[in-house]
Amino acid sequence: MQVTRFPERAVGPAERLAGFMAHLRLNGIPSGLGETETALAALGAVDAGRIGEVRSALRAICAGDADQEKRFDELFDAYWLNRGRKRDGASVKQSARNMQATSGSNYRMAPGASDDEGEADTPDDGTESATGRSGTGRLIASKTGNVEKTDLRKLMTPEDLERAERIAEKIAKSIRDRRSRRRKAALRGEALDMRKILRKSVHRGGEPIELFRKARPDRPSNLIAILDVSGSMTVYARVFLAFLKGLVSADQRTDAYLFHTQLVRISDALRDGDTMRAVNRLSIMAKGFGGGTKIGTNLKQFNAQYAAQSVNGRSVVIILSDGYDTDPPEMLDEALARLKRRGARIVWLNPLKGWEGYAPVARGMAAALPHLDHFAAANTLDDLAALEPWLNGL
Amino acid sequence: MSWQKLQADLSDTGYVASDDLAMALFLAVTLGKPLLLEGPAGVGKTQIAKTLAELQDAKLIRLQCYEGLDASHAIYEWNYQRQLLSIRAAAEEHKPSGEVEDHIFSEKFLLQRPLLEAIRQDRPAVLLIDEIDRADEEFEAYLLEILSDFQITIPEIGTIEATTRPHVILTANGARDLSDALRRRCLYNYVDYPDRRTEMAILAKRCPALEDRLAEQIVGFVQALRKEELEKKPGIAEMLDWAAALAGLGVNDLADDPEQTQATLVCLLKTERDRAAVPKEVQQRLVGKAA
Repeated sequence: MQVTRFPERAVGPAERLAGFMAHLRLNGIPSGLGETETALAALGAVDAGRIGEVRSALRAICAGDADQEKRFDELFDAYWLNRGRKRDGASVKQSARNMQATSGSNYRMAPGASDDEGEADTPDDGTESATGRSGTGRLIASKTGNVEKTDLRKLMTPEDLERAERIAEKIAKSIRDRRSRRRKAALRGEALDMRKILRKSVHRGGEPIELFRKARPDRPSNLIAILDVSGSMTVYARVFLAFLKGLVSADQRTDAYLFHTQLVRISDALRDGDTMRAVNRLSIMAKGFGGGTKIGTNLKQFNAQYAAQSVNGRSVVIILSDGYDTDPPEMLDEALARLKRRGARIVWLNPLKGWEGYAPVARGMAAALPHLDHFAAANTLDDLAALEPWLNGL
Repeated sequence: MSWQKLQADLSDTGYVASDDLAMALFLAVTLGKPLLLEGPAGVGKTQIAKTLAELQDAKLIRLQCYEGLDASHAIYEWNYQRQLLSIRAAAEEHKPSGEVEDHIFSEKFLLQRPLLEAIRQDRPAVLLIDEIDRADEEFEAYLLEILSDFQITIPEIGTIEATTRPHVILTANGARDLSDALRRRCLYNYVDYPDRRTEMAILAKRCPALEDRLAEQIVGFVQALRKEELEKKPGIAEMLDWAAALAGLGVNDLADDPEQTQATLVCLLKTERDRAAVPKEVQQRLVGKAA
């Protein structure tokens, strides 16, 4: 988590709230002036002395989905209670106690409240000197040990991976266009556009001489890429990550996930315009990168957590894996069947398939085969490019 | 009015809301913002709009979204049949066509659909936009415009301003991800399955006649069932159905007659696979846990 320091020089609730919004933004919850304004209004409507109420109110205003809602409390505590910073337990407790003390005082933080009051009653004061910090504003991400992590920076050198990205972009673009069920005016279409017909027939005494039609415009579908980065796949991880980046950056709706023993969503990290930050985010996510494989468990988790939002009848799910699974094959079978039931097409790209004499005998792979719409090799860039015509044929 | 008051009022009307939900709803009403509720099916997202309407003695206007929903079904539509008749009649009288056009594109020929209806009420209505994620993205864009300005532009007539601002509640099941723009415009609350205590309170509100012991068993069983691997987890509505069924059959204890209890599970398990996933042995184990 990125941590913003409570701005000690901030005066009045408005400025503090604005600081909080900046803190949320830093941590990936989009919130701006509109939210600040709403939040100020909301503070006038609830008992601003009660931390629980304020938390609940701000959560309703700032969180945009279930995921953000879950993270909100932690971020809230980090900012208002200074929990996010590295510090000894004693001072955390102290600030928590301060908060409770405030709750009794019934202080209302109305937008117009005077600054001194705001200072006196804020939970932060008791710890201000204890932590002895200087300046205000945001801190950067806290340092974490890098020992167990593969350094993804090496995987992000743009030159030799550019082609993989280009191919991916082409693929992403090729499947964007499918048809909608809504109708728009069109020269040739299956339905009559009554509104237009009537309008044009007024001049002819209501005789509908010219017929106008409506047709269904193209409707985009989305791609979901799930990449296996377990030990056996490490040699390919580099190029596949570039491939994923290409897919993700070509289309806003594309989602990308990594898994090894755990599943992580990396779309936002890949989309991050700031390359260094993207690399940082990926490194944090890739704890256990190159470890064991649990395809079944991870797909199951994908189904439970993400599929409802991102997979529908127009989706294409691309799984990049060699199919070596430490989970029982039944699990993979079940997970894929479930995914299939959402109506998605499933494509499995297996780098081993390009090898001479390969047969999908790995138990996991054998279990997966009946559910796949397309099973292809992926050990050269040409193999990846070959996906495009297939997707076009859908 | 405070959020605690609202929560108490909701409870009196028969809706037990969590603190967070009550707070979100309170802010939505106080600040005049739309409220977006997400969560699994059957946790009472739709019900809260109905309850709010009842509480405020307001008209509930419901827009059920579906794929392909468009402006003519959600906002307004011209009454083509009447227009045609009117054109014919005018032609017989040899009226000038400009006059005819003005006439047939007047409000008399306008069919109000839910969104237009909602902003033209004398008293603020409760507008329930159900399952917004089923509608297309284009529709979301329309909706955004209406939710921010509370006005609707009809090219033939002009802009219609809201006479009153409805309380807007949107629900979503996660069929499709909603746009950030829409999310940002709304207050948000994720409504999850209730915890044991809340669910007991709901059951007590809805089926006051039920014996405490059976009520506890029912809630315990349903709570345990939700932890199982199911395709469609039973919601509150299912739980209430089941309670009503058990009460109707005169059951006093779930463990009394496993066969009968198993048969009543049709109220809770709605797919064949789920039925298969909870055979009698599992059912008995869950009953044991619930007791």
